[in-house]
Amino acid sequence: MLELLRQALIIIGVLAVPFLIASGLTWGERRLLALFQDRYGPNRVGPGGVLQVAADMFKILMKEDWTPPFADRPVFVLAPAIIIIATLSSFAVLTFAPGIAVADLNIGLLFFLAMSSMAVYSVVLAGWASNNKYALLGSLRAVGQMLSYEVFMGLSLMGVVIQAGSFSLGTITRAQQHLWFCVPQVVGFVVFTIAGLAETRRIPFDLPEAESELVAGYHTEYSGLKFAMFFLGEYVGITLIAALVTALFLGGWWGPVLPPLVWFLLKTLVVIAFFILVRAALPRLRFDQLMEFGWKLMLPLSLLNLLVTGAVVLWQEGLRF
Amino acid sequence: MNIIFYLAAAVAIVATLLVVTRLNAVHALLYLIVSLLAVAVVFYTLGAPFVAALEVIIYAGAIMVLFVFVIMMLNLGPQATETERGWAEPELWFGPALLCGVLLGEVIYLILRMPTGTTLARVGTPEQVGVALYGPYLLGVELASLLLLAGLVGAYHLGRRAPHEEPGGGV
Repeated sequence: MLELLRQALIIIGVLAVPFLIASGLTWGERRLLALFQDRYGPNRVGPGGVLQVAADMFKILMKEDWTPPFADRPVFVLAPAIIIIATLSSFAVLTFAPGIAVADLNIGLLFFLAMSSMAVYSVVLAGWASNNKYALLGSLRAVGQMLSYEVFMGLSLMGVVIQAGSFSLGTITRAQQHLWFCVPQVVGFVVFTIAGLAETRRIPFDLPEAESELVAGYHTEYSGLKFAMFFLGEYVGITLIAALVTALFLGGWWGPVLPPLVWFLLKTLVVIAFFILVRAALPRLRFDQLMEFGWKLMLPLSLLNLLVTGAVVLWQEGLRF
Repeated sequence: MNIIFYLAAAVAIVATLLVVTRLNAVHALLYLIVSLLAVAVVFYTLGAPFVAALEVIIYAGAIMVLFVFVIMMLNLGPQATETERGWAEPELWFGPALLCGVLLGEVIYLILRMPTGTTLARVGTPEQVGVALYGPYLLGVELASLLLLAGLVGAYHLGRRAPHEEPGGGV
């Protein structure tokens, strides 16, 4: 009974905490961006402006949720739900601390990759169902970008999988007790972080929603709660990528003094802050630059990393016998 | 596990039926994705989690996205649905349905003749699948990769611009 209650609590926590972090980020990102750009940001509502989150949520819930008459209604409604489901369900395979995981599957990493490829549909279908040329152009860009970056996102993780000998995120984190994987797998770490930024469509990879050319890209026609789901979906995605970077490369829960769960949370928040710093520092790429960067630099780099990692691991195995 | 298996199998069959009967091409593709996801669940319940994950990543996640991409580019409007309605006349699908009925009958006959209780219990972990692919089935893997390489070279050849053509911008 107690075990069941514990499981239920973990499941509720894993569902609620990413949501809380994501909604907190809608305020935190603006404050941090303002800090980097030497201005104040939203600081009026509540202490330090933290109640801005509640004010924004209230505003967006009060707005009219308008479905354009020319849209394909069922698909239009389905699209924002997909992104939330796909990103939130990936949290299920993460191990946050020893014993704190919903389902530490032996194919955990593959499950994450599968869910991130499902998230592409959200953007594709939103653009198509809107029946709007800007939305369609945005989702065409998104498909090209996300499909290309998914390829080496998976490949960049294989080095970690070879070293840890498992697809399970718990086992991978446990293998980093003495040395975080960001040291031996530094190439995989950098490639995965870049691919993660592209998968969540953040600056410098936010071409699918480039305001200056495409209005708002694939979610041009969305308003009210459905727009809020896209907005929140993006932040949940960022939280997910940050949590994965933590679990795969930054030693997960390992750390001195503080309890494991706190370490995991702290590292995740630092990675998120880094993503926001990237947004403040870099301009948006052009689409051909984005594709060239992906296929001509990142893909060969991750293949090379895979080759070298495999060779070194085989060599070490040979030494042991 | 048995209930989940039958539920997923039922979803797969219903979704596949809907794929065939939908008039709107994108809606049909969406049902095909649902069907592929249901098949992945079937694989999982049969003890092959690795194959299930690959089913989602490769079929539902990569190949179907390209299908949807192409259909989106074609920009089929309501008039395409009207054309489809014309094609859905009973005399047109009677022949294929008859042939499929024969196949279905054969499958049912074979299932009924099979000794009962032979469910697959082996677990297909990633390691086992990898060892099998690069052990006894190495030749098959090599042949498949040759075929894919040929496809890649062919696609490159078809997509290549003649040297005198002006290079156009991307999307």
